[in-house]
Amino acid sequence: MSNKCNRLVDVGRRQFMRGGAFAVAGAAAATVTSAPAQASPANAQLDYPSNRLANIADLAVNEPMDIEYPDADSPGILLKLGEAVEGGAGPDGNIVAYSVLCPHKGWYLTYSAEDRSLNCPGHFSRFDAEVGGQQIWGHATQNLPQFTLRVDAKGDIYAEGCSDLIFGRPSNVL
Amino acid sequence: MAYKRQIDRLPIPPADAKVQNVTCHYCIVGCGYKAYTWPRNKQGTLENNAFGINLGEQQPADGTWLAPSMYNMVRQNGQDVHLAVVPDHECVVNSGLASIRGARMAENRPSRVTGTQQQRLSDPLVWRNGVWQPTTWNDALDLVARVTAKIVNEYGEDELVVSMFDHGGSAGGYENTWATGKLYFDSMKVKNCRIHNRPAYNSEVHSSRDMGVGELNYSYSDYEVTDTIFMIGANSLETQTNLFLNHMVPGLRNGAKFIMVDPRRTVTVNAAEEVAGKDNVLHLAITPGTDMALFNALLTYIVDNGWTDNDFIAASTFQGGEAVAEGSSQPAGLGSLNYAMQTCRTSIEEAAGICGVDAADIVKAAEWIAKPHDDGARRKCVTAYEKGIIWGNDNYRTIGALVNISLATGNIGREGGGCCRLGGHQEGYYRPSDAHVGRPAEYVDQLLIKGGGKVYHVWACDHYKTTLNASQFKRVLKKRSDMVKEAMDAAAGGTREELVDAIVGAVNAGGIFVVDVDIIHSQIGQNAHVLLPACESNEMNLTSMNGERRMRLSERYMDPFGNSKPDCLIAAGVAQHMEAALRDLGNDAYADQFKGYDWETEEDAFMDGYNAGNPEVTYERLRAMGNNGVQEPVAGYENGQLVGTPRLYADGNFDRHGRDDKKALFCAAQWRGYAAAGKAREAENHNFFVNNVRANIFWQNQFLDQDSDFVQDRFPYPFIEMNAADMADLGISAGDLIEITNENGATQGMAYPTDTAKRGQVAMVFGSPAGSQGNVVNPGVSELILPEYKLTFGNVRKLADAPPQARAVSFKSKEYKA
Repeated sequence: MSNKCNRLVDVGRRQFMRGGAFAVAGAAAATVTSAPAQASPANAQLDYPSNRLANIADLAVNEPMDIEYPDADSPGILLKLGEAVEGGAGPDGNIVAYSVLCPHKGWYLTYSAEDRSLNCPGHFSRFDAEVGGQQIWGHATQNLPQFTLRVDAKGDIYAEGCSDLIFGRPSNVL
Repeated sequence: MAYKRQIDRLPIPPADAKVQNVTCHYCIVGCGYKAYTWPRNKQGTLENNAFGINLGEQQPADGTWLAPSMYNMVRQNGQDVHLAVVPDHECVVNSGLASIRGARMAENRPSRVTGTQQQRLSDPLVWRNGVWQPTTWNDALDLVARVTAKIVNEYGEDELVVSMFDHGGSAGGYENTWATGKLYFDSMKVKNCRIHNRPAYNSEVHSSRDMGVGELNYSYSDYEVTDTIFMIGANSLETQTNLFLNHMVPGLRNGAKFIMVDPRRTVTVNAAEEVAGKDNVLHLAITPGTDMALFNALLTYIVDNGWTDNDFIAASTFQGGEAVAEGSSQPAGLGSLNYAMQTCRTSIEEAAGICGVDAADIVKAAEWIAKPHDDGARRKCVTAYEKGIIWGNDNYRTIGALVNISLATGNIGREGGGCCRLGGHQEGYYRPSDAHVGRPAEYVDQLLIKGGGKVYHVWACDHYKTTLNASQFKRVLKKRSDMVKEAMDAAAGGTREELVDAIVGAVNAGGIFVVDVDIIHSQIGQNAHVLLPACESNEMNLTSMNGERRMRLSERYMDPFGNSKPDCLIAAGVAQHMEAALRDLGNDAYADQFKGYDWETEEDAFMDGYNAGNPEVTYERLRAMGNNGVQEPVAGYENGQLVGTPRLYADGNFDRHGRDDKKALFCAAQWRGYAAAGKAREAENHNFFVNNVRANIFWQNQFLDQDSDFVQDRFPYPFIEMNAADMADLGISAGDLIEITNENGATQGMAYPTDTAKRGQVAMVFGSPAGSQGNVVNPGVSELILPEYKLTFGNVRKLADAPPQARAVSFKSKEYKA
């Protein structure tokens, strides 16, 4: 994990949100223990923590904020784009959040404010932050895991799910 | 919005999962993977699993991870099993790296459980009563053999036309090239045959071979220790991905310079600049098709500055002037360096004018290739080339001019050297002699277009997507095929004899009976009459070699889909039914030629072919050599290991031409402008150079990728990279459907604005099912019938506004942004 690029986020805006850590541990215990001798019902979908990431007021356009979701070992960014995008959250439909572990080999992606892309310094893959994390070019076999966001009446932004498997884990909730 | 898999957890391979060796069956690099299979009702745990790591912890960068695309559920010995195909960290080829192609091997398997690749053919199909009807192997092969036998028996083997793979990896491989080769070149002497990607049965690098230099002569490790990587007409980050990442990048980090010759700036140039720094990367963006003039100027400058390797030239190359004269089947004379220089001599200024690049940059390239180090030590240079010149202008002389440079600088057979094609598929050629085909070989597409041939056997080729002059080829073959379909429809309800007579009557009236062996119902397969379902690598055991001649056994880990079979066993079935049919026709002597196919398995075919010529090499020994295999030629078997050959010509003896003196020859490469018929006129009369390019996300003509939501979501239409100013002039916006037209036909794609695209040049992805670039490639070929897909010119117009699927995709630059 030593290759994280410091350019990932403006250092002055760096924030780490740790509110969901306990919920994560609980979910892990509930879903991925080894199979008991007697069959017992398991939930058909993962229980994701609902983690408050930030308030809309904390975000400036095209300045990504570091986040961690669904747990502290899974880094991501929360980003307010200049205009509404498909799948964007918030009253203006312009807020998105993605995992920043490249789904090719797990290198930390860096954000290019110039063309609002996420780039892998290891093998040159690129993902479009404005098109749902679509891989523009690269080696990954999926697009960037996108976090499901909910924005409440106060403008608080919560992550509550994820579209794709995050690099380096067999389950998004460990 | 981008395609989401909506998969957020996967089964865990248990510690006792079965593990098998897999060589990726897509590109020539042949990365090593491990296939884990385990029973459907079992799974591992976070702590106790096949990977031997704690999966409850977030894995670090480059750590082991099972991506959703690496997982599936398939049939193995009749049971559903979980399948995980993950890159092998111990394989020296890829060191744990996976490409966007190889990492999708598992999900590209047919599965009745997960629903993947249901386009795969499961049973033979026969055109019957106006539709495709599934049937048994016996029924389908009987029809194939009775029609084929009647035609070759009565009209001769020249009436049987064959298209067949000649490579390894997906389709092909030593087992399958041997079986098809035995059928068509031993039991028969079929002359009218062609290879999957070119309209004749020929080498793509005749000149290199005639000069004594086999085209795959190095080890990939040579890139790591060289002084300069000289790449021409190739885009390795896209098309030999892990060769670039795992061998060329370390070379660049070790200080190697990088020279790229390509009219188009690519992601390979961008990545080389990121790794080596712009000062150490030289991109010569030459005028399309002028490579030979550049090579001749480089050679001249190197010779005139005394940077040649004179000891090597004296010891290993021909000294006596002309060795082989130019002739009808010999496009250029071959001989000593001095002999070649009489033709090749080209000044830097002359080349700069022809190629449209700065004279200073040509000098810089010559220095990077050959100027000795300050201490006087010779420079090491790896030369690597591919379709840009193989499918470009004047194939024979151009490749010859390039090999000249490597020979003159002593860069073949030595560490840090090599002069190699980069390749597309893996290799896996083992066939009886093809000498009866002749040189130049028959131009089979033209033969078919002119009404030649009565029966056509097609093996894993989809020329409708990939051949040149494709518009006309499709029109004519469809028309001829439909004549036979109508005759078969009219004979409905009759006996087998009546059906065969109806087909023979139709082919004698100008029709053609088409048999297509493939894994899917391809586009050319729509105009077949019998479809025979083949299986892929890992649904059978398959041997191939990669671009450094590394041979591996890629093991069978699942059953063939439905009733499909390995190509080698299909070929054996055709042969056995041919024997029976010829006996029924009363020609016992002919029938006897089809004996010797009593194979039960693909290993039997391997033993009958490859092993007969290479007795040390067996499945058991290859299995023991694992994913690192052995580099051919195999020199022996010692201490339980096959002994390979890391590099060809290390002893300075060159033998690919078969000359007794084992001296390499130089090529008298005469620059003649655009040499093939119609190219110069086409260039003059159209506004755009239409480049034919590849993308890493697609494997070849997308035969499996066309069924991948992930792939088709990214490029719902074939992309055509285009300069924004050209787009503005023509009223074209990003994603608009556009048409490329010329005298040969038209094709369509999706405009992809590209800031690095030169004005007047577009780059269209090759082989798309939604728009064949081959439609606009003219029929002009070189003397030895090499197609020039790369040298195409056309006009561009808008067809329609961007459709919804195209509006939803990213049109940003493909180049990495730090």
